[in-house]
Amino acid sequence: MSNVLSLTTFLPILGVLLLLFIPKDSKGVLRNVTLVVTIVTFLVSLIMLTGFQSNADFQFTENVPWIAAGPFIMRYNIGIDGISLWLVILTTFIMPIAVLSTYTAVEEKVKEYMICLLLLETGMLGAFISLDLFLFYIFWEVMLIPMYFMIGIWGGKNRIYASLKFFIYTMVGSMLMLVALIFLYFKGMQAGITDFGLLQFFSLKLDPATQIWLFLAFAFAFAIKVPMFPLHTWLPDAHTEAPTAGSVILAAILLKMGTYGYVRFAIPLFPEAAHTFAPLIATLAVIGIVYASLVAMVQEDVKKLVAYSSVAHLGFVMLGVFAFNVEGITGGMIQMINHGISTGALFLIVGFIYERRHTRLITDFGGLSKQMPVFATIFMIVTFSSVGLPGTNGFVGEFLILLGSFGSELRWWTVVATSGVILSAVYMLWVFQRVMFGELDNPKNQKLTDLNAREIAIMVPLLVLIFVIGIYPKPFIDKMDPAIKKLVAQVKVSSVNAQVIPGIEQSQLPAGHVPIEQMPAGQSGMESAIPAQTAPVVNSHEVK
Amino acid sequence: MDMILIPVVNMTPILPEIALSVLAMALLLINVFAPSGGQKSYLAYISFIGIVATAVLVGSGWGNHIESFGGSVVLDNFAVFFKMTFLVTAGLTVLITDKYMEREGCNHGELYPLILFAVVGMMLMASGTDLMTIFLGLELMSVTLYVLAGFNRANKKSNEAGLKYFLLGCFSTGFMLYGMALIYGTTGTTRLYKIAEVVGQMTHPSGNIMLVAGMLLMMTGFAFKIAAVPFHMWTPDVYEGAPTPMTAFMSAGPKAAGFAALLRLFLVALPALQVEWSQVLWVLAVLTMTVGNITALRQENIKRLLAYSSIAHAGYALVGFTAGNGTGTAGILFYMLSYSFMNIGAFAVIILVAKKGETNGNVSDFAGLGFKRPVLALAMTLFLFSLAGVPPAAGFIGKFYLFSGAVQQGYIWLAIIGVLNSAASAYYYLRIMVFMYFKESTEEFEWVHVSAPVALALVIAVAGTLIPGIVPSVILEYAQMAVKLL
Repeated sequence: MSNVLSLTTFLPILGVLLLLFIPKDSKGVLRNVTLVVTIVTFLVSLIMLTGFQSNADFQFTENVPWIAAGPFIMRYNIGIDGISLWLVILTTFIMPIAVLSTYTAVEEKVKEYMICLLLLETGMLGAFISLDLFLFYIFWEVMLIPMYFMIGIWGGKNRIYASLKFFIYTMVGSMLMLVALIFLYFKGMQAGITDFGLLQFFSLKLDPATQIWLFLAFAFAFAIKVPMFPLHTWLPDAHTEAPTAGSVILAAILLKMGTYGYVRFAIPLFPEAAHTFAPLIATLAVIGIVYASLVAMVQEDVKKLVAYSSVAHLGFVMLGVFAFNVEGITGGMIQMINHGISTGALFLIVGFIYERRHTRLITDFGGLSKQMPVFATIFMIVTFSSVGLPGTNGFVGEFLILLGSFGSELRWWTVVATSGVILSAVYMLWVFQRVMFGELDNPKNQKLTDLNAREIAIMVPLLVLIFVIGIYPKPFIDKMDPAIKKLVAQVKVSSVNAQVIPGIEQSQLPAGHVPIEQMPAGQSGMESAIPAQTAPVVNSHEVK
Repeated sequence: MDMILIPVVNMTPILPEIALSVLAMALLLINVFAPSGGQKSYLAYISFIGIVATAVLVGSGWGNHIESFGGSVVLDNFAVFFKMTFLVTAGLTVLITDKYMEREGCNHGELYPLILFAVVGMMLMASGTDLMTIFLGLELMSVTLYVLAGFNRANKKSNEAGLKYFLLGCFSTGFMLYGMALIYGTTGTTRLYKIAEVVGQMTHPSGNIMLVAGMLLMMTGFAFKIAAVPFHMWTPDVYEGAPTPMTAFMSAGPKAAGFAALLRLFLVALPALQVEWSQVLWVLAVLTMTVGNITALRQENIKRLLAYSSIAHAGYALVGFTAGNGTGTAGILFYMLSYSFMNIGAFAVIILVAKKGETNGNVSDFAGLGFKRPVLALAMTLFLFSLAGVPPAAGFIGKFYLFSGAVQQGYIWLAIIGVLNSAASAYYYLRIMVFMYFKESTEEFEWVHVSAPVALALVIAVAGTLIPGIVPSVILEYAQMAVKLL
């Protein structure tokens, strides 16, 4: 099958067409059809996983002409490498879970809801597979529309404010990226580039000043999506108001668009500027980690707490990515998947409890573990994953990130960021304690029922993955490794080239590239021991 | 005494104009002799068929380059493209007019001939290569539009709209004529190509005060017509007061015609002054976009909202004009055509939701439409997203090319201001959707009745908004061919 990638991406659209012919009152049929469509999409995407060769090339590529008008040539140019492969799989994997979680949560306008979910899936997959900058932009924007409606129609009390904020924030960022994209194209045209194909832009040599402006525009758009401090304010609003499935998708996949954007576009396109801005971005990431953790600690609403924990987790991802070494980026990628799994699971958990009690305030709960033992167990495993206990996936990601960034010029940032690991344990375990332990004194809580079969079925795949990645992450890392090595080489090679380009003033050279080049190979081994020591300390703190 | 020489005239370039004029006059007669008081729908149908036939006629002229009337009228791809745009505008307007006029009790048969005459005027503006032809076309268009704006004579607001439009329009015409006179005084000719020749031979054209003043005065006149800030004051009142289908027509047709004439005038006759006029246009574009969008943010009446939004859209088109290169100008052509589809489509929905006497026209009156009338609301959503410039709609591709033109020419900041405006505009378009989908309805919308002509108009508008958004080449290629030989 040569166009399995297109098939995966557009299967949900076929599902939408199918849904249009189902009467809106037969809610069960609508739900089941959507579930089947997403499961089939997932199965089709598994074909790619098995057929994927572990090398740095883009695979399952398709490249056909699309628009050719005037100075622009856009192509339907798609393909995946080890980096996007996992995000595609993550997307197709999360979608059936999200659909399943809406079976009882969404009772009104089911048809429209399912259509939104499927459109969203196509939008997200499209953005991950696009190798044409224009095509990427189209999917990037299209994604906004269904999410906007999901928050606005099925959201909570403040949904209108949250949905507008979500849309406008993202739109401002992406519009600036659009200008940068156009500018980049014209720069490329002067160098003989003929279309929007991403790969040819990698070899484009831009002078540092241009790179800085273009990088800023791209980075701004992606930073809003990640979201990075101080552009994160839309996220808690959107999360709190969104319906459960919306929150799950938002956290698990949409936020990855931002970090993926850095890995795929902003960094390899403008490597020197990326080096220049690495300290700034690392600073914002670290502020995000510490600040969001502290804010999460004082939240009274569980969902808001999880939302802020997202900001902190993605701060880690950014730190790892901007370490520009294999460990850091691998950790960032793993952590992206982890965050998708564990935060997705946390939102599901919040959803379960909200459906039963119609409140998310921590003070309304207490002692639930007596009444809901299965729920408590699952919540506990996910909590451990979220705080990064060894044996769970969270540990692998955070460890690699800290390892990588400590070995880069971001050493001092890493030191501060490590406190985030502790803080995450504080707020997560504290909320777990307040919700699950203590007296079961609230009479409403005494009648709560434990998770039913459907709800357990939703959680099991997530729990399995938590342990699989936590104990044996090798297959995941092996598939992405060549692509990441290539990315690291791209970033390095360009910065070496920058030195040989005559006429560039020393001050314009990227600040951070020299230490990386001069880093002795043996040193990294020594450093890896240090975070390894730190991590158990943290964990012993958690177990307490 | 000299004999008056009548040159051999090739009628081909103005055949569509002649056809439409004949049709319009015939319709006037039919209207007189037909039994009074009955249905007037047949007039709309005849007009529509006539418009379609004219479109075929116009389309057959593609690829030609014929000058006629001593070089005062030309048939070229540029003219054909714009004529098509006008015909699309008029065709959609005719389709959405009939039931509305009946509801408002002003279904006078003169309406359709007036629309057709306005189109003839626009066509002359697009194909005129002489200041006089352009001016004649402009006046023919404007005078009919004054009447159309005040067509609902029992309605005070409509009267106000007509009068206001007339007074301010006359004022702007004065500016334009003065400018043309100055250009004629400087160059000794009114033919655009000859003006270009004379100006091209000047050693320092930008130092010629009369020429520059003439250019600026003409620009002022056209800025009135396309509703560019600071000459936009008439727009909201006229748009709000005029019968809604006429508002739809006025927001798309005359704007396109204004841009057609402006483009030809400035790119053909005054390219020597491009540095000067692009500076002025830069300021105009920024002002127009920003004022239009910011004012639209606070509008409650949806017609006023779209009036300000149409000001903003003129600003986006001016961005492409400021660039003045192939990408930007082709973008204008593409955008004007797309704008016709999406804006008239939006107005069609507004007409349906409104009640007799132009009531129920506030943004909040759309509450709950999304689930009571899903198909209608979906169409409206598409139009609104297209207006906001969100892919995959034609509005996005149009803006992409307009802003690309600016970037290509080095106007990075203009493009940035443009996109930020675009992002701000999303707010007020989304607000309509907020009411359509996020608010519970108090109404059942049982009065909303989609008749066959309106349904046809909506289908055409949806297709015209969606298809060029996904496969833009179908229109963009033609737009680029149209501006190539300008």
